[in-house]
Amino acid sequence: MTLALAPQEIPARPFRIRGRVWIVLSAVIAALMLLPVLALIWQAARGSAGLWSHLAANVLPHALSQTAILLAGVGVLVAVIGTTMAWLVTAYDFRGRRVLEWALLLPLAVPTYIVAYAYLDMLHPIGPVQSAIRAVLGYDSPRDFRLPDIRNMAGAIILLSLVLYPYVYLPTRAMFMTQAANLVEVSRTLGTGRAQVFRRVALPLARPAIAVGMSLALMETLNDIGASEFLGVRSLTISIYTTWVTRSDLPGAAQISLAMILLVVLLVSLERWARRRQRFSVSAQRSRSFEPRRLSGGAGLAALAVGLAPVLLGFVFPALFLASEAWRRFRFAGLSDTLVTEAANTFILSASATLAVLLCGLVVAYAARLRPKRDMLALQRIASLGYAMPGTVLALGILIISAGLDRWIDQTARQVLGVSTGLLIIGSGAALGYAYLARFLAISVGSIEAGFSRIPRSYDHAARALGSGATGAMWRVHLPLSRGAMAAAGLLVFVDCMKELSATLLLRPLNFETLSTHLYAEAARGTYEDAALAALAIVLVGILPVVMLARVGRRD
Amino acid sequence: MPDPISPPLQLDRISCRFGRHEVLKDISVEVPAGQITCLLGESGCGKSTLLRLISGVERPTSGAIFMAGRQITGEGVFVEPEQRRIGFMFQDYALFPHLSVADNLTFGLRDLPGDLRRARVTDIAERIGIAHLLDRFPYALSGGEQQRVALARALAPQPAILLMDEPFSNLDQGLRERVRRETVDTLRKLGTTAILVTHDPQEALAVGDQIVLMKQGRIEQIGSSFDIYDRPNSAYCAEFMGPCNRLTGIWAGGEIETPIGRFAGNLDLPDGALALACIRPQAITIGQNGEGIVARILGKTFLGESEQIDVSVHPLAEPLRMHSHERIPMKIGEQVHLQLNGAQVHVFAEPVSRN
Repeated sequence: MTLALAPQEIPARPFRIRGRVWIVLSAVIAALMLLPVLALIWQAARGSAGLWSHLAANVLPHALSQTAILLAGVGVLVAVIGTTMAWLVTAYDFRGRRVLEWALLLPLAVPTYIVAYAYLDMLHPIGPVQSAIRAVLGYDSPRDFRLPDIRNMAGAIILLSLVLYPYVYLPTRAMFMTQAANLVEVSRTLGTGRAQVFRRVALPLARPAIAVGMSLALMETLNDIGASEFLGVRSLTISIYTTWVTRSDLPGAAQISLAMILLVVLLVSLERWARRRQRFSVSAQRSRSFEPRRLSGGAGLAALAVGLAPVLLGFVFPALFLASEAWRRFRFAGLSDTLVTEAANTFILSASATLAVLLCGLVVAYAARLRPKRDMLALQRIASLGYAMPGTVLALGILIISAGLDRWIDQTARQVLGVSTGLLIIGSGAALGYAYLARFLAISVGSIEAGFSRIPRSYDHAARALGSGATGAMWRVHLPLSRGAMAAAGLLVFVDCMKELSATLLLRPLNFETLSTHLYAEAARGTYEDAALAALAIVLVGILPVVMLARVGRRD
Repeated sequence: MPDPISPPLQLDRISCRFGRHEVLKDISVEVPAGQITCLLGESGCGKSTLLRLISGVERPTSGAIFMAGRQITGEGVFVEPEQRRIGFMFQDYALFPHLSVADNLTFGLRDLPGDLRRARVTDIAERIGIAHLLDRFPYALSGGEQQRVALARALAPQPAILLMDEPFSNLDQGLRERVRRETVDTLRKLGTTAILVTHDPQEALAVGDQIVLMKQGRIEQIGSSFDIYDRPNSAYCAEFMGPCNRLTGIWAGGEIETPIGRFAGNLDLPDGALALACIRPQAITIGQNGEGIVARILGKTFLGESEQIDVSVHPLAEPLRMHSHERIPMKIGEQVHLQLNGAQVHVFAEPVSRN
């Protein structure tokens, strides 16, 4: 065989953009993500003026002020806990620090509605904690002694902060680890005492990271529906839910949703602003972590105790309580068929949604890779919109679309076939799948893109020069090289789908329950039967992404 | 069938702009068959962009590209990169890290039946001397080995043209020359038509059958190594290819008159116009028997192969630089006499504005 150049036909074709399929698909996905917001605006505009003034006078002021207080309280508390813990494990070294570093992430595994549910039960006047205290103090009846009730704003702020502080802890610790070294050392040589380093150097440096974490925690707070409901806080989310579900006032609910989107826009701008500053500071110096100060004996123990407090309160206590309740229930009644069905529902729904989210994420990320221009980046932004949107708001938008579609399909079917299809889209769970897709697409786009960004552009180019088309290059180069990123995205999305409550409540088909809606229903009714088992299952699965996060954190 | 008379590659008035920035202006080049063409220029001159246009991952704003007489880029015509049969070798080699060397070599051979594919891989691996590396993965290869694998991978599909973007710049000095020689030998043996991008004039002179010198998106000069070095058509070209002493003088009667002598040139200038003489350091030697231009030694730098000497000559404000391959016994401050080899003096019209 010879390597002499055999001239061959070169097929020539009219000019066209290669990989056009990807770009068109990406645009379609972005449009789908934008649609719920447009539907909300359209629906809100249909509301009568009378209704709006009723809302403005009676519902909104209270809901807004409650939400504002909740956000402010959670914001301050997560910032304080998150930053303190981050500094504790980077500036000091003590027995147990290594474990604490990742254990501090564990509360992320507990969704807000589960922490509220667990504490309500734990701190119930005849629950384990109060009974134990009475036994110690020698009181006989709850009438003689009871702890202050947690079913109020303060309780909500504390409980939410206990599980949301890791959003601040994670980026702030990364910032301390990668940024502070040189500056801390320089400041020491310039005469800053150890005690002052935190206030004068570390804290100002970490401010962007803290802001990023805070805005994420606050988005979660806005998204929460269960905890606020259980603890009696009439937040905006609750108002949207009741305005629609109990008063059937769709335009009204849409109007409150728009008010909420404004809040989200504020939070997102806070986050973007903070990230810009963060990027600036990252480029400012080489990263190196600084030598932590060794604490031994009593000081070390005290540090460990301080660090363990949020872990115990935010994860260990509620998880142990749920485990023991679940065990009691299991011994008493075994696994009920309902619960098994619901677990299967949850799994099938989450798994298929995850698949869809990964596929769409791949399309959006690869289209942006093929055409790294402003228009594609804009599409990508739009496709990621849903992540910031509270589940209830998103669900309402999708409800408007699906209900409209269902009505149209039903009418057409009746006219053409003489058959009523009923609520096809909502009834089949397609609407719920759409909601998961919209809400979690950002996660998969983000991690797949991060995976792609580690693949040099010359690989694309080389694959093309060696005869692969755009799609072929994706299959043969990008996909194998970003398998890890895909798997990570899949895990995150799956767990988030499983935990999801606010959209699931609104969009699930009739008589279709998942673990989270089951728990919500029982807690709302005040019956505590299988809920502990459902909650435990959700928390256990929720630990998986935390383990993954902890491993990533260690590699840094 | 391709037209046997047409060159394997022809660029016709290629222009390319990114936003307001014009990267390439009116580039026309013919690449001769079986030869190595070097695109030479400073970083940012557009040479890499030109390579990307040829391979088809980038599109020009205007102009046309022909392969063997067949249009592959131009008004209403565009052949996809994967269908051009143009090989590409990258500065960072771009070996796929998830594939073994053998699989990297096979990547571009998917259309061949299995046995033919294996035969092709074995053949090219033996020719390039990487047969013993086939089972390894890219991370386990040295820089030189990676370079050879990248070359083999680009050649395996038998491309009509091979493009190479700074293919040797990731190798350290000693290795670079050896690998360069091997690569050129391989290309010549296979009769490959190749285009190589480099910013190093020495590399271009050593490797290129044809050199295309580019400056700010335009072609400054096209020619053989000897053309470009011995007959530069601009002061920029002369200085880019090697150090020069610049002297301003007056054009009169077909010669430039400078404080240190008159040099013939081929310029279309009116008498009395300003002109520029570029004198290569090796064109200046030290006269033996007290004849020549009087100069004083200002400094000496011993470079091993040669010695670099700076001399001051009345009435020049700047010192002249010369290279001598013989040992110069004179010390700093001593007076010497200089001889000039007029053939290595290049004469140009004084540029109106220098950028």
